[in-house]
Amino acid sequence: MTTPSRLPDPYGQGSSANLADILERVLDKGIVIAGDIRINLLDIELLTIKLRLVVASVDKAKEMGIDWWESDPALSSRARRDELTRENAELRERLARLEELELEPRRAQEEST
Amino acid sequence: MTGLRYVYAVCRPFGTPLQAQLTGVGGDPPRLLPHGDLVAVVSHVPEGDFGEEPLRARLEDLDWLTAVARAHQGVIDALTTVTTPLPLRLGTVFRDDSGVRTMLEARDEDFHRTLDRLEGRVEWGVKVFVEAEQPEQAPAAPAPKPASGRDYLRQRRQQTKSREDLWQQAEILATDLHRILSESAEDSRLHAPQNPALSGATGRNVLNAAYLVPRAKSEEFVERVDRTKDGIPGIRVELTGPWAAYSFAGEESAGKESA
Repeated sequence: MTTPSRLPDPYGQGSSANLADILERVLDKGIVIAGDIRINLLDIELLTIKLRLVVASVDKAKEMGIDWWESDPALSSRARRDELTRENAELRERLARLEELELEPRRAQEEST
Repeated sequence: MTGLRYVYAVCRPFGTPLQAQLTGVGGDPPRLLPHGDLVAVVSHVPEGDFGEEPLRARLEDLDWLTAVARAHQGVIDALTTVTTPLPLRLGTVFRDDSGVRTMLEARDEDFHRTLDRLEGRVEWGVKVFVEAEQPEQAPAAPAPKPASGRDYLRQRRQQTKSREDLWQQAEILATDLHRILSESAEDSRLHAPQNPALSGATGRNVLNAAYLVPRAKSEEFVERVDRTKDGIPGIRVELTGPWAAYSFAGEESAGKESA
């Protein structure tokens, strides 16, 4: 029998608790027991692949071929580098275009004088 | 037969009654089903929703799933205030009480071992977010035109650099925070980052971790997290809990658990 000692006030729970926090726990954590009603939660489409993503652990998600965070600059430094390379190329191109634009009116001016 | 049995959790017998107004899954109040020196916490649920076929279909319905998930968590939460429950995964359903009893008996040893391991401990969730950049300027045609290509490039470089710095700071903060918190926790788990579409949280989730902390040390743990909260503008630290030890109730970790 347990007599809980005083706990700090709950954070982010109650009716306002983030649905992702709750689903991540009740669907993907906790003890798995095969009841009389056999449901494999991983077999369920669960509406969207996104939802499944949230409830899956990283390894499970990888098994399922879900790895968006690896290509997401926000979450992976490799993807971030790729993103920078891409942005860099974009900028060079843009710079070239801008300089061309800048030169053109000058050329026009020179011609008219 | 009065419906099926939905099992929320297994615990040791506890003296304190559950809140009278507590409703569980399908609106049925959770009941205690003692067997030996364990108690299963169950609700009676209709076969029409929780039979194998309907349940499969129902689980695809996000609204229904949300209601069940919240009810499930509500019961676990109520149990957490009076004892240390072992939360079962959502949708653990038996035909009748005797099916539940058989399960309790079959897993008796596991349950006791896990209860011993988790006794008096709770789970805290800590997430780190990098706030979304301020309405990102499309590179094409910002209102005050850069005076030259060089100027434009300088502006962009500035923006990119400050964003890159923010990511770097977030990464460092998340790593440090996880290290510090792991030291003051008995165990920890790193979860996949959350999808903002479902969490409704703003910013990018770069750390999503769970920590197993003795109740007696929870206050200290929370203070530690609080101290990091106002660290760096653009980076947000979020704390949730105390939760039942969901993330630690399953297989034992490769971490600190031995024997």
